[in-house]
Amino acid sequence: MELSGAEILVQSLKDEGVECIFGYPGGAVLHIYDALFLQDDIKHILVRHEQAATHAADGYARATGKPGVVLVTSGPGATNAVTGIATAYMDSIPMVVISGQVPRAVIGSDAFQEVDMVGITRPCVKHNFLVKDVNKIAETIKKAFYIAATGRPGPVVVDIPKDVTDPKIKVPYHYPRKVSLRSYNPAVKGHKGQIKKAVELLLSAQRPMIYAGGGVILGEASAELTALTRLLGYPITLTLMGLGAYPATDRQFVGMLGMHGTYEANMAMHECDVLLAVGARFDDRVTGKIAEFCPHAQIIHIDVDPASISKTVRVDIPIVGEVKPVLEEMIELVQENKKKPAAKTLETWWAQIAQWQALQCLDYDRTSTLIKPQYVIEQLYEATRGEAYVTSDVGQHQMWTAQYYKFDQPRRWINSGGLGTMGFGLPAAIGVKLARPNADVVCVTGEASIQMCIQELSTALQYKTAIKIVNLNNRYMGMVRQWQEFSYESRYSHSYMDALPDFVALAEAYGHVGLRIDQPSQVRPALEEALAMRDRTVFLDIVTDRTENVYPMIEAGKAHHDMKLRVAPGTPTNRELA
Amino acid sequence: MKHILSILIENESGALSRVAGLFSARGYNIESLTVAPTEDPSLSRMTLVTRGNDDIIEQITKQLNKLIDIVKLIDLADSDHIERELMMVKVKAVENTREEIKRLADIFRGRIIDVTAVSYVIEITGTSDKLDAFVRSLPENAIIEVVRSGCTGISRGEKGLHL
Repeated sequence: MELSGAEILVQSLKDEGVECIFGYPGGAVLHIYDALFLQDDIKHILVRHEQAATHAADGYARATGKPGVVLVTSGPGATNAVTGIATAYMDSIPMVVISGQVPRAVIGSDAFQEVDMVGITRPCVKHNFLVKDVNKIAETIKKAFYIAATGRPGPVVVDIPKDVTDPKIKVPYHYPRKVSLRSYNPAVKGHKGQIKKAVELLLSAQRPMIYAGGGVILGEASAELTALTRLLGYPITLTLMGLGAYPATDRQFVGMLGMHGTYEANMAMHECDVLLAVGARFDDRVTGKIAEFCPHAQIIHIDVDPASISKTVRVDIPIVGEVKPVLEEMIELVQENKKKPAAKTLETWWAQIAQWQALQCLDYDRTSTLIKPQYVIEQLYEATRGEAYVTSDVGQHQMWTAQYYKFDQPRRWINSGGLGTMGFGLPAAIGVKLARPNADVVCVTGEASIQMCIQELSTALQYKTAIKIVNLNNRYMGMVRQWQEFSYESRYSHSYMDALPDFVALAEAYGHVGLRIDQPSQVRPALEEALAMRDRTVFLDIVTDRTENVYPMIEAGKAHHDMKLRVAPGTPTNRELA
Repeated sequence: MKHILSILIENESGALSRVAGLFSARGYNIESLTVAPTEDPSLSRMTLVTRGNDDIIEQITKQLNKLIDIVKLIDLADSDHIERELMMVKVKAVENTREEIKRLADIFRGRIIDVTAVSYVIEITGTSDKLDAFVRSLPENAIIEVVRSGCTGISRGEKGLHL
């Protein structure tokens, strides 16, 4: 079979099992778009900005576990995609981004819409390729998917000069069934001796703690993590990226940890004597002050990426391998081991944790006449029975969602944790809805974040992706304002959102339903109403208490036991901001 | 402490920039870097000299290993090894200094490979320390130009870095 470069690319994607790609056409990818036009197997989603293509593909990948696929043109198309590529890179999301490039003959001549995409993306991709030979397209695409999805996943960019996809030049097509790279052999199984040592240490713990992250979700190891945690009876905390890896409604779950984690999770981290870290990378938002991180603990760390181990925190028992097989082995060893967790000491430990929990660090004023953002998330949780796919943007609303929406299943909580990309939520929700058309998909956002990719309301209409946008509108860049209140004597430098659009009218202009809610009593009915409109995108503009802060908070440079808590129960809600 | 990382890397365009980019992005220091193809033209051998405490060197090694283009790497400082650097020095050589410089070159086992009425080019190989010592021993103001290859090295004994 002889095909052109463009046809080879499209056929390779089909042979890779790709069903849906997100993109935006332009000069350098016209041959590819023509080949896409002439087939029906791959669905192409036309976004309104290339950044959204990457976020939508990212959402698709997070919901399904399959690599998201993006197609953009050279130059500005490519650079617009970079934010989304970096977002995926920081959260280890499998993604393949195909970018057009100017023809080979003019590369390096500052040609129209030329940019060195391989150079620009080098620090924010797992790997990238420039394909200079039509005969190498199929093999490169195979390698790109293999690299993106295995080991610690990540985005891979494939840059293809326009003349390489020339429809007039046809070459034999063969899609390799397997690919192996001599320089890339990610670890699968962990070291048996290390796993044994880890289990011995775990079973001898007095004050054990399990700390799991996004690696558990990426590694499809939620069931194993849950089984091991229940078998041991130990407390477990999850990172922002790990939420859903262990059921949040389970009694052993003590909440998220870190900067806006619960008091009990952070205190338990501080006081524990054995810490089991699973697929988590000791991010600075998790550890707080490194010198005082888990000062009493011996640390076991399971991670597929050896570079994550002892990067910021020295660990005692490193285990390099995929979390799923390692956890399976641990479960077996715990079951076989004669030693059992000491019931008495464990009871004391749980009693201590119960004391911390009694502080009710997530309590807020439920009597307020203003809409409390926490209340909205609680109502959303109930209205969706905790089963929705929830995407978010970045800021206070993101933290409140992480704190108050109890995710019981993996892949339901979709947010930009590592890069913290405002504008992520709406396109990601579109990607999720395309992957999960029958599920409730909600984008929790704020009036600042939503405006960073608001143009995607148009995409949502075109593809009838009926998502629900919960806009917690406090007329501030809330998290910026909160930091300014705490650290800059309430000098709210440029964190005020002036001249906001009428979001209801805007949503309607885009062909959707808009609802404005400004009374607490309207919140639940409005959510129910929006969710009942199964085939419509609904924009809920919810006017919330603009003074509300995210608590608890570990301020930058402080340790886990040094948390800022809500001042006292019943703190006045209608406080004036200076 | 000084470490000499010996790296086998795919001989592909952009591979070098991935290594250099990694060092600048993560704030590591490259003291010297040499690279050339090996007997297998699909592979290049890179020798990279860097400094740092054990934690930093461990992280550098791990991050380098993560680069898809890197096939293998070892830290030569971990075992017995030989290191060499090539230097060419162009010096002013007139009247009374001509003989002195030739003698110095002999002492350091350097060779004079270019001669004019007023200058020499001296070629000298050895450890970086030896080259430093030679430069220091030259008469003041004699140096016109110094060019050094950067350090390269190989482990002692029968074992080698190969696929």
